[in-house]
Amino acid sequence: MTPPPVTATPAVEHGTVVGHAHGHAPKAGLSHFLSTYVFSKDHKVIGLQFLFSTLLWFLIGGLLALAVRWQVAWPWSDVPVIGKLFAQEGGQMSPEFYTMLFTMHASVMIFLVIIPILAGAFGNFLIPLMIGADDMAFPTLNMLSYWFMWPAFFFFGASFFVEGGAASGGWTSYPTLSTNPASSPASGMGQTMWLLGLTMVGVSSMLGSVNYMTTIILMRAPGMTMFRLPMTIWAMFITAILQAFALPVLTAAGFMQLSDRMLGTGFFSPEGNVVNNAIAGAGGGQPLLWQHLFWFYSHPAVYIMILPAMGMVSDILTVFARKPLFGYRPMVYSIAGIAGLGFIVWGHHMFMSGMNPALGITFMVSTMMIALPSAVKTFNWLGTLWGGKIQFTTSMLFALSFVSMFIIGGLSGIFMAATPVDIFIHDTYFIVAHFHYVLFAGTAMGVWAAIYFWFPKMFGRTMNEFWGKVHFFLTFIFLNGTFFTMHILGAVGFPRRLADAYHYETFHHLQPLNAFMTYCAIGMVATQVIFAANFIYSMFWGPLAGRNPWNANTLEWTAPSPPGHGNFDYQPIVHRGPYEYSVPGVEKDHLMQTDPPNAAAAAAAAAAH
Amino acid sequence: MGKRLAGIFWSLLFLAVPVLGVATFAIAPAYDYWLPKDVSEHGASIDSLFYFILALTGVVFVVTEVLLFWFMWKYDAAKQKGEATYIQGSHTLEVVWTIIPAATLLFLAIYQMNAWADVKMRRPAMSPTVEVVGRQFEWRLRYPGRDGTLGTADDLFLVNDLHLPIDEDVLVQLKSMDVLHSFFLPNVRIKQDAVPGMKIPVWFKAREAGEFDIVCAELCGWGHYKMKGRVTFEPRATFEAWLERKYAEQGATQPPPEAADVAAAE
Repeated sequence: MTPPPVTATPAVEHGTVVGHAHGHAPKAGLSHFLSTYVFSKDHKVIGLQFLFSTLLWFLIGGLLALAVRWQVAWPWSDVPVIGKLFAQEGGQMSPEFYTMLFTMHASVMIFLVIIPILAGAFGNFLIPLMIGADDMAFPTLNMLSYWFMWPAFFFFGASFFVEGGAASGGWTSYPTLSTNPASSPASGMGQTMWLLGLTMVGVSSMLGSVNYMTTIILMRAPGMTMFRLPMTIWAMFITAILQAFALPVLTAAGFMQLSDRMLGTGFFSPEGNVVNNAIAGAGGGQPLLWQHLFWFYSHPAVYIMILPAMGMVSDILTVFARKPLFGYRPMVYSIAGIAGLGFIVWGHHMFMSGMNPALGITFMVSTMMIALPSAVKTFNWLGTLWGGKIQFTTSMLFALSFVSMFIIGGLSGIFMAATPVDIFIHDTYFIVAHFHYVLFAGTAMGVWAAIYFWFPKMFGRTMNEFWGKVHFFLTFIFLNGTFFTMHILGAVGFPRRLADAYHYETFHHLQPLNAFMTYCAIGMVATQVIFAANFIYSMFWGPLAGRNPWNANTLEWTAPSPPGHGNFDYQPIVHRGPYEYSVPGVEKDHLMQTDPPNAAAAAAAAAAH
Repeated sequence: MGKRLAGIFWSLLFLAVPVLGVATFAIAPAYDYWLPKDVSEHGASIDSLFYFILALTGVVFVVTEVLLFWFMWKYDAAKQKGEATYIQGSHTLEVVWTIIPAATLLFLAIYQMNAWADVKMRRPAMSPTVEVVGRQFEWRLRYPGRDGTLGTADDLFLVNDLHLPIDEDVLVQLKSMDVLHSFFLPNVRIKQDAVPGMKIPVWFKAREAGEFDIVCAELCGWGHYKMKGRVTFEPRATFEAWLERKYAEQGATQPPPEAADVAAAE
């Protein structure tokens, strides 16, 4: 985790030197190393710690997905290469193992990758830099928010090796499958560790979100009004609010489930519930209660998993279209609208659950309406491109693909929101297609756009553009090959989470389609080798970037690359919004937020004469 | 020139999204990769709503994706001589593209309500035709027997082999003994979770005789994939004859081991 050997800018003597208290005097020894790179309170180091950890878990989650795809395409056939590791005989996986694979694939991707990479990695790295602060409001809490991820890494990671294996109740962990240890081999220790891991992720998120809210409200640079904030920061801000208000419900629900499992309470088990001939707890509870509590968090969490990507993509689109963001305020309001409505749509996960069907109608209306702010955002992104001067950098291609893919993911959601149609496609591959278009083709592509875009600020060097484009092209092709076809499976009614569905008359002819998707998925994961190589090589040997390689406007580009401890040489003063690109009458095609207004006016006057 | 070629290449790649997307949906039915045969009375309304949403979202999909392609093609920096247009938004456009989707989405929601109410809310006034109880990993069935009442001594117990009459309403009382299951009849466009501690009514009317899958659609443990049943729809007379035959078989082997378990789950 050593940053590349780029000399930090020495503290400047004149002007307001920010972060002077931190000092740059060389200190040798282990304690210095630990406080700088391990237990650092610097938001940038913490951001990078989150980034490296989540990228490693991204790899693990991807490999779990490949194993899932293998079983779906060729059930009960020998798994190549790694089959021997878990094989009972010859290398084929058991249905228990398959159930664990998709549970842990989703759990890892959601709780250890997407949420922490957006809020933890990019939120940490970007918030102080983009608002002109020298660090977060609570650096110690910030450090703890990273280190609370480690117990989560431990619980999730170690649970693979306990008796019965890791959790297998689905990432939604529905009772009574999850509350009664007799219900499946992995509903013992593995499930308990899963719940503990989830709680730790929650603690980490909560520490982060309190910090982000405080920092954004209190530590903006002079002149940085709320409506001069870049969209990335607006998205991070609203995401932090979502986290803070939704998360306590999940934490409470998690403890209730733990207590059902370990103390014999009956929050989620009805009386006399017998699973696998074992009586479950005291009874008197309701399995549906868990679903309500779980989705009360986890539906807002869906927006926690996409809003920051939307914000970052908005910023990247403006930089490479050399245009102001189309409809800045509508973009802010639509994020707020998504967040607000996000709290009253959770029941759409429960249309088939046995919840009162009249309630289903209410949730259908609110769910249909949440498509509206998403549509407004899409139209504004298109408006941003219109009349632009588009530069096809790797980062821009990923950002454009975010828009293209989000359209698919957004539209396919309408099918599930329509309750009668949901009767047929609920829990089929249609929903699997939908959320992979939002979370992989959307968020992950947005994250790649952000990595290619802010890499120079993180490491002072740019990533290789040619290999970046190869990475983009192959990922784009393979992801559509894998996920678009899932809509078709869903139209046949092909259910998710089955270890082998081909013995059903309705589904027996779908194996060739699944085999095609698995080939694409293998290609998609293999392509990431190019990304990993480019990332590691560029970190140390990429071309030096300078402060502002993309000619962007926002504050982080006024700081050195990478910024030293304390971020800025001077306290930045903000004079305008973040999107002043191609301003008529101004010599250069961008006006940074810190460019003094008199210089801009002078330039405009000179051009007018 | 090389830059312009790159711009053309990337624009066309994005144009491939709507082209191949529509093509996939157009070709799939020819390979039978499509909605399975529907034998229910209400299924047609669900399918037509599916097609309606498919058409609506299909149009929005093609228009927005083609616009994206067109802007990439037209506003490529390698092609543009002057500066980008300095424009920060348009109040009129924002109003238009807020109100039109809002009205469409609201209409869509209201338009679905009747079909939903038919399948899930307007329960026919009748006693259950059969009780279906999910249990890891099988569907336990209980017919009311000759007295027409569930929970009496003459109930008929079966596993996974559901028979139902056609051309009349049937009411299934859905329960679970252990964990969540979901009673999914793809060919009848019916899906309902079975929840421990709840009795959930499910009703439908089959129009056609035939034998079809019963799929478990809610994760219920390691054997979830094999929790398979079959439903046979047949004319009333055939159905009754089958019931009699099964009843006689059960009489010869009374009491079945399942009976005690199912009663315990009451």
